[in-house]
Amino acid sequence: MGFEAYEYEDGKRDWGSFGLPREGKLAETPSAGEVAIRNVPTCTLDNDLHSVLQRVRDQGWDTCFVVTDDRVVLGRLGRRALASDDESTVERAMSEGPSTVRPSIGIDALMKRMDERGLTTFPVTTPDGRLVGLVRRTDAEKALASASRNA
Amino acid sequence: MPKGIDRNEVQRLVAEKNAQLVEVLPSPEYDQEHLPGAINIPLKELNRETAMQLDRSRPVITYCHDYQ
Repeated sequence: MGFEAYEYEDGKRDWGSFGLPREGKLAETPSAGEVAIRNVPTCTLDNDLHSVLQRVRDQGWDTCFVVTDDRVVLGRLGRRALASDDESTVERAMSEGPSTVRPSIGIDALMKRMDERGLTTFPVTTPDGRLVGLVRRTDAEKALASASRNA
Repeated sequence: MPKGIDRNEVQRLVAEKNAQLVEVLPSPEYDQEHLPGAINIPLKELNRETAMQLDRSRPVITYCHDYQ
């Protein structure tokens, strides 16, 4: 009797890029997908901008991601947009195509990237552009310190 | 020839049929990172003898780094 045999053609690069669980030495360093805050505010292009800004401010956030119905990231409303009521639509107020990282990137590498760009947060998306969440530098530092203590 | 599958099918086969995951990369790469529960049989060592450690009653899913 032979084996019921399959081949996972996209392999572990694909697995890791979707933030799925992993084992091994690299898994000891938390990944962006594990540290990312998942319930980051989102809106769609057709949402009323002023309602969005009010909702985001009320929730205590200083950013909001503009996404499609299936959470593909189109843009980001940052601090400047949230502090201003000058624009009339979400599309005009947003910054298009924000830089993102995959969930599999280690937070040590992500923190280095944040330092290089002077950023305190970084959005995390799947390879097909869907929003996973947002990594804050403070959370990344805590997770890295915790991993070091437990090593 | 093994049937090609995607990650959703990998998860389904592991959850529903207790499929066995086999990473065929060299052991240093396996040690760095692998799928949960996967065992390592490097491609160069994959033969009748090393395959004996697999359970023939359960599906076997092989994988490497990416599409080769």
